[in-house]
Amino acid sequence: MSILVDRNTRVVVQGLTGREGGYHALRCREFGTQIVAGVTPGRGGTLWQEDNKTPVYNTMEQAVKETGANTSLIFVPSPGAADAIVEAADSGVKLIICITEGIPVLDMVKVDAYLKGKNVTLLGPNCPGAISPGEKCKVGIMPGNIHLPGRVGVVSRSGTLTYEAVNQLTELGIGQSSCVGIGGDSIRGLSHTNVLEMFNNDPGTDAVVMIGEIGGTSEQEAAAYIKKNFKKPVAFLIVGQSAPPGRRMGHAGAIITGRSATAEAKVEALKDAGAKHIPTPADIGLVMQQLLKARKTVAVSAPKVAARPAAKAPAARAAARPTAKVAAKPTAKKPAAKKPVAKAAVKKATALRGRIAARPAARAVAKKAPARRATPSRRPATRSGRRR
Amino acid sequence: MKIHEYQAKSLMAQYGIPVPKGGVASTPEEARQIAASLGGRAVVKAQVHAGGRGKAGGVKLTNTPEEAAQVAASLIGRNLVTHQTGPEGVPIRKVLVEEVQPIVKELYLSITIDAAARGPVIIASEAGGMEIEEVAARTPEKIIRIAPNPTVGLFPYQARKIAYALGLRGDQVRDGAALLTNLWKLFYEKDLSLIEINPLAIVGEGRIVALDGKINIEDDADFRHKDLMTLRDPEQEDPLERMANDSGIAYVRLDGDIGCVVNGAGLAMATMDMVSLVGAKPANFLDVGGGAEEEKVKRAFTILLDDPRVKKVLINVFGGILRCDILARGVVAACKEKGVHPPIIARLQGTNKEEGRQVFRDSGLKVTLIETLHDAAAMLR
Repeated sequence: MSILVDRNTRVVVQGLTGREGGYHALRCREFGTQIVAGVTPGRGGTLWQEDNKTPVYNTMEQAVKETGANTSLIFVPSPGAADAIVEAADSGVKLIICITEGIPVLDMVKVDAYLKGKNVTLLGPNCPGAISPGEKCKVGIMPGNIHLPGRVGVVSRSGTLTYEAVNQLTELGIGQSSCVGIGGDSIRGLSHTNVLEMFNNDPGTDAVVMIGEIGGTSEQEAAAYIKKNFKKPVAFLIVGQSAPPGRRMGHAGAIITGRSATAEAKVEALKDAGAKHIPTPADIGLVMQQLLKARKTVAVSAPKVAARPAAKAPAARAAARPTAKVAAKPTAKKPAAKKPVAKAAVKKATALRGRIAARPAARAVAKKAPARRATPSRRPATRSGRRR
Repeated sequence: MKIHEYQAKSLMAQYGIPVPKGGVASTPEEARQIAASLGGRAVVKAQVHAGGRGKAGGVKLTNTPEEAAQVAASLIGRNLVTHQTGPEGVPIRKVLVEEVQPIVKELYLSITIDAAARGPVIIASEAGGMEIEEVAARTPEKIIRIAPNPTVGLFPYQARKIAYALGLRGDQVRDGAALLTNLWKLFYEKDLSLIEINPLAIVGEGRIVALDGKINIEDDADFRHKDLMTLRDPEQEDPLERMANDSGIAYVRLDGDIGCVVNGAGLAMATMDMVSLVGAKPANFLDVGGGAEEEKVKRAFTILLDDPRVKKVLINVFGGILRCDILARGVVAACKEKGVHPPIIARLQGTNKEEGRQVFRDSGLKVTLIETLHDAAAMLR
């Protein structure tokens, strides 16, 4: 189970014939995503140069009509990106994921107002996209190989910090249902709260890692929602506590403009909502592991109710016991999943090999994880050893 | 992008917003001439990209053209230190010489983007001349906020509403509403991220004049405002920040001594936080960007090597689009070119991690390779 993207996701890439669009569309397809079309005005009627198969259209309307695409992935450069989002919204796709960074904020203000009341969801812009590892669907630019199918949801404003979070989870054998990057701009589509609502309703998600940062009040809104309605455990990290006020920290939205925009204010609000604070960026995986353990204890104390669904749904059991056994399970499934991938992109075999090679490595670390987990007391020794 | 007050006022004047008579001077002689043309008395204002100029001695009243020249001479060429600048201050190259206004009342007016309102908001207050944050904290009832519909724009009634709330009466309401409408137009047409008039003054027999003017231009809209980009004054920027800016690297100089090189803004902030949490201080925020190439990494690292305060460097890279080996090559190239470099702690993760580590091992540089963020913290303690 998952949110936003899954097996039925059919992706049209706006900007498929560009360098970025082409590169990432290939990586998505390798992961298992259905890339069904591209749109580049002026290139309509041609085939994608990478596979000589995928049709390229002049307009989104045509692409959706001809291929039944239901999701758009946008790589159009910033001057034309707002237009691309609106074209996608009018084409009938249900989900738009905009990767483009640097869209003028007043363009996004217009787009945001235009999308109001339309039956379409925007993720981003300036985001890494969304991935559902168990569904073999990745619609974005995140490295697929660090993900592990499982039952923890991840929502974040960042790209690489999300990868860091996912990597920490995977190394501890904690798989993910879906990971969603909502983007670093101040005016964006889905908010933390919107994504939490989806995780709340997703039977495949048991707990959520939420990552926020300075600027805006998206985290406070999420806190209010968690307090009132969220039924699953949340671990959260807020970055930017060391940032000076008034300075933009890379992301257009990451700027302290008042008390509510500070890391402290956000941490306070989320703690107050009952979410578990992740004290340092190094502890994302560990804190989630503790939360899941606590959850398991509760489940055990209510034997019949908890035991039955666990027996029926192996995935649920997997999440409850984040051990080497769980980590091994998806590995067994993997080769089957890779076959079509290998066929589809023989040219990119090198990159693919990199991915395959990376997987066992991640597993190996996962097996070692219990030792590292126990290190808090041992860490000082390690540290002094290393320092020398 | 920040611009100077004289540039902001010139933009406002183009949109029919009343500003004081005056001109900008680069020399004492020019200041004297402008003051003379204004009838003798004048306000001489240092042109720097920083607030708090008045308290720092950057704004002076003068009674004669000669005095204006003297004040200009004392300001031009020196650095002004305000509470918003570093201890070294920012250079004054120009002064704005303006007519003296008989101020009756000072108001506050600004337009900025508000994420919660999902668009620009107008903020106005009867309590002008003070920092708006202070007004908001002490007397929030004196602040008016209006978020016009972003696609339809500001309606006349909304402009009137603000004018009445500011205590304007009679013809002033019409003038105030017109000023707001023009300001809104300026904000949209020039893709601004901030206009702040503090104070907006009622002067003499009741005219409304923008006594100060601060404008920030949205960097992301630069492609459609080539003309506005010429207003940039690189001298007002920190030299290292300027270098980064010119190379498309997101960099903010801080006051610590641990240089940070990271890919991605979120991870960069997380890395700074890790440094702070163990009691060390980050020297900078630096995001080399997603698809950085070796040359860009090299330039980014050179900025750190050029910062004399950097005593140690922490590299924290999660390879995705950016491959770890490319990052490592860029770093090594920068160090080799400079000849010397501070000790480097490198944590590489993700795409081509091993290749990247090997590049460092083969380089002969003082690089400590670590695995996790915990290790990074331990190394800095």
